[in-house]
Amino acid sequence: MSTTRRGFLAAAGATAAQNAAHGQDHEHDHDHQAVPSDPALRVKALESLLVEKGLVDPAALDALIDTYEHKVGPRNGARVVARAWVDPAYKKRLLENASAAISELGYSGMQGESMLVLENGPKVHNLVVCTLCSCYPWPVLGLPPVWYKSAPYRSRSVIDPRGVLREFGLELAEDVEVRVWDSTAELRYLVLPERPAGSEKMTEEELAALVTRDSMIGVAKVTSPGGHA
Amino acid sequence: MNGIHDMGGMHGMGPVKIEKNEPVFHQPWEGRALALNLAVRAGRGNIDNSRHGVELLPPADYLSMSYYEKWTARLENILVAGGVVTREEIENGKLAPGSPKSTPALTAAMVPVTMGRGAPPRRNVPVAPLFKVKQRVRARNINPAGHTRLPRYARGKVGIIVRDHGVFVFPDTNALFQGEKPQHVYSVRFAARELWGEQASPRDSVYIDMWDDYLERA
Repeated sequence: MSTTRRGFLAAAGATAAQNAAHGQDHEHDHDHQAVPSDPALRVKALESLLVEKGLVDPAALDALIDTYEHKVGPRNGARVVARAWVDPAYKKRLLENASAAISELGYSGMQGESMLVLENGPKVHNLVVCTLCSCYPWPVLGLPPVWYKSAPYRSRSVIDPRGVLREFGLELAEDVEVRVWDSTAELRYLVLPERPAGSEKMTEEELAALVTRDSMIGVAKVTSPGGHA
Repeated sequence: MNGIHDMGGMHGMGPVKIEKNEPVFHQPWEGRALALNLAVRAGRGNIDNSRHGVELLPPADYLSMSYYEKWTARLENILVAGGVVTREEIENGKLAPGSPKSTPALTAAMVPVTMGRGAPPRRNVPVAPLFKVKQRVRARNINPAGHTRLPRYARGKVGIIVRDHGVFVFPDTNALFQGEKPQHVYSVRFAARELWGEQASPRDSVYIDMWDDYLERA
């Protein structure tokens, strides 16, 4: 190709800097590219172009979609949580070096390279957000739900976490400390929810089935089959 | 940049809309859009530049577009900025005459390993930390026009360092391809009342990850 990698990087950097410097004038650059009326067609056209240019392998796209639609999702995180509930040594490793402990179960990679686990308890409740974009621990939770990426959740979680939790049906007592984690860097956070009462006799597999995605973001508690939190 | 993306603490966005049994993708094109972004990024650019690409969308578009519409627009802009695709090619859906042919950076066979490895943002270089755990720090009052991961709601506020995460790529420079500038990242605890005043619960706090360049002694 005529554009070398170095050339591409320099050009992209220069344009980004230029756009940033333009400030108010920036909108004019986009006047001719309105919101696409049919995003499906727009994406299809872009894919065709990139495939024709030899930049993208359509089979790689299929594999990526299959990965995040069928292979990587919150069931991974649920297995991590269940293991931590039944195995104190694993829980210790998980809290001390989350990335290593999570990869013991075979989960690692993109958007989970540097993991941290936050333990919820009777007096401490952790809640995870990304106010600036949509950072989320993909290897253990998959891709984020729409609400996690939405303006209401991103704007209010840091200023009114208790109000946001109420919208998820979770009312926290005044004496519970709420810790909100804003994912501004490349650390990715997984909440270790409290093991529900009444689950003492359940197997690791049964416990994993109780663990919800929302409980690992910190917007819900895990309830036992009897309904106790 | 002080953009619409920097939403922490804003009012007026309405209640959180929770969808029961939400699918991973609502339409097949959303999966294609995600995969196109990941496949292109496997060969060029970086995540900081990609994030900045979304921030550079006009604010009205940012609020009205769906998530994967933004990813698509961002990818088009980054490819045009990089000289890889022309705006005419995107609008016409046809290759310009003489357009060069590349080899895909990511093949289907590479996907499990590439995604399983990720793009590690840590750098194993000996950079001394400028701050230490338990130290009181103030988030600097900086307002860069380019990319930054220091949210507006924390600027000028005082917190305590609770953890040193180690050395990471610095997004403000990396996003603009001006170097990785590796430095320490810390978890900084800000009391909710320091950020939001007396209306906040005295018990609550917000933990924000911050690079050395975002902090000063307090």
